[in-house]
Amino acid sequence: QTEVEETLKRIQSHKGVIGTMVVNAEGIPIRTTLDNSTTVQYAGLLHQLTMKARSTVRDIDPQNDLTFLRIRSKKHEIMVAPDKEYLLIVIQNPCE
Amino acid sequence: MEIVYVYLKKRSEFGKQCNFSDRQAELNIDIQPNPELAEQFVERNPVDTGIQCSTSMSEHEANTERFEMETRGVNHVEGGWPKDVNPLELEQTIRFRKKVEKDENYINAITQLGSIMEHCIKQNNAIDIYEEYFDDEDPVEVTEEAPSAKTINVFRDPQEIKRAATHLSWHPDGNRKLAVAYSCLDFQQAPVGMSFDSYIWDMENPNKPEIALRPSSPLVTLEYNPKDSHVLLGGCYNGQIACWDTRKGSLVAELSTIEFSHRDPVYGTIWLQSKTGTECFSASTDGQVMWWDIRKLSEPTEVLIMDISKKEMLENALGAISLEFESTLPTKFMVGTEQGVVISCNRKGKTPAEKIVCTFSGHHGPIYALQRNPFYPKNFLTVGDWTARIWSEDSRESSIMWTKYHMAYLTDGAWSPSRPAVFFTTKMDGTLDIWDFVFKQCDPALTLKVCDEALFCLRVQDNGCLIACGSRLGTTTLLEVSHGLATLQRNEKNIASSVFERETRREKILEARHREMRLKEKGKAEGKEEELREEETATDLEGLVTKAEEEFFEVIFSELKRKEKDAMKKKQKP
Repeated sequence: QTEVEETLKRIQSHKGVIGTMVVNAEGIPIRTTLDNSTTVQYAGLLHQLTMKARSTVRDIDPQNDLTFLRIRSKKHEIMVAPDKEYLLIVIQNPCE
Repeated sequence: MEIVYVYLKKRSEFGKQCNFSDRQAELNIDIQPNPELAEQFVERNPVDTGIQCSTSMSEHEANTERFEMETRGVNHVEGGWPKDVNPLELEQTIRFRKKVEKDENYINAITQLGSIMEHCIKQNNAIDIYEEYFDDEDPVEVTEEAPSAKTINVFRDPQEIKRAATHLSWHPDGNRKLAVAYSCLDFQQAPVGMSFDSYIWDMENPNKPEIALRPSSPLVTLEYNPKDSHVLLGGCYNGQIACWDTRKGSLVAELSTIEFSHRDPVYGTIWLQSKTGTECFSASTDGQVMWWDIRKLSEPTEVLIMDISKKEMLENALGAISLEFESTLPTKFMVGTEQGVVISCNRKGKTPAEKIVCTFSGHHGPIYALQRNPFYPKNFLTVGDWTARIWSEDSRESSIMWTKYHMAYLTDGAWSPSRPAVFFTTKMDGTLDIWDFVFKQCDPALTLKVCDEALFCLRVQDNGCLIACGSRLGTTTLLEVSHGLATLQRNEKNIASSVFERETRREKILEARHREMRLKEKGKAEGKEEELREEETATDLEGLVTKAEEEFFEVIFSELKRKEKDAMKKKQKP
């Protein structure tokens, strides 16, 4: 449990990281550093996107699986690490 | 040999129902093979035949009916909490969360994911993969690609009764929106039930206009205010000026009073440069140019009558059909008239007579478009009758450059805002021509058939890449031109300015020559008059005739007399 705390703290302290959140498969934010409404929005939308991405990867090659999803936008980068039950989402501002 | 089978039926049995019955097969004829016939054929060896062993398939095309789509967003409010947890109660949610965090799965998952995530974060921080690496290198020399343009989008008039798109205006910031004015310009041909609405379209959504503007009379022109992108100015078919604020809705925000407005459709409206950003002026075929302040549209601030004899008589006025104003030359403006004359005017003139400075005539018909070159404002483009002409302010007698006479009437034209030598014209047969006079001078660099009906108006976006043109059935087509036609070529400015100067000089020389010749002729005519005055003899025809008769008879009489004398002399000499 403390490992979890440590890991999340370490991630949050990296340069450029705006927010970190852990969401479960039902879209409930377990742990978040941003406000609730933003978290819920990210959770819902990214969950669907991750499912779609995973099914795409597996459709092309059934033995493949999604390990990581990165969405780079004008303002920042959203990184999603999926698991069977949970999603670890980090929003980072890559240094320009 | 014929094979004949005779079938007999009694007349009384015609029309009787058929009674079919089964029968054995009968051999009617049996033709045996005749080997002698084989002599008439030549055997071909080898035989070449194509065979394919695959399933035969056929291809069909089908076009589905247009699908109306609408984009809507979904807003998530709260996650999928299990039934026993009330999301509003903080205690319960905290308890749930704590429970999850104690789960072993959770711990393992997070540790694993955490390490992957850290790796990626560090990657991001180490290198910026979207950095511009080759900025300092000079831009690549433009390869000689053929100029081309392609249609990106088509905006159709959603009304049942189609109106012509008579004017287009791009949104001043970002150019994401296009305001289109629809009206029927045929004299008194507007069909009953035609809607008066004009629309503002968003580039992203060609299915439905973003905002509809509802005037009391169809709009002939529509312009965005370059200073305030929410305000639009429209000129109506009945001569009124209307003003909209898109934040306030689609009904008219301000409308000018009928008594003080124009008497004919308003063909040109342009916003003026002013501190308040509320001044504009309009022109109409009733021969007047009016200045307005949109805060008070009840009457115009100033009226000018387009009478080139400078007598301020409305009866003599020329109907204005296009207006031109360049914010870099704020005291001057130009008016294109129905009679084919461009009138250059000065706003600062104290009397109306002083306001009209000079005229340029050269077109045979109404001047539908008038625009100064954005790079060299002394030269301007006029489009009317079957040609497009380029003029220079210095050369008043004639245009300095002109296109050949086309087969179809030219309806609108515009300079490219990014290249001084490129301009666009639209024609009544639905084609758009792109002219580049440093590339080719006798023909357009590119001709495109945009649609089958006539194109009425044209507007180029500020970056020079996108062109919108409106047609007679209300269809606005958005085209993108190829890179080469929109980016400034190296040395182009110098070449264009030298072309203009050269042509202006040529016209000046020709003008001077004409003047000389005219003076000479005048001189000659005057000289001849002096000679004639010296001859005081009868110059009229009758006098000449009688004189000629007298002389003739005199000669005859003198001859007769001489003969008589000779005859008498002979007699006297026996």
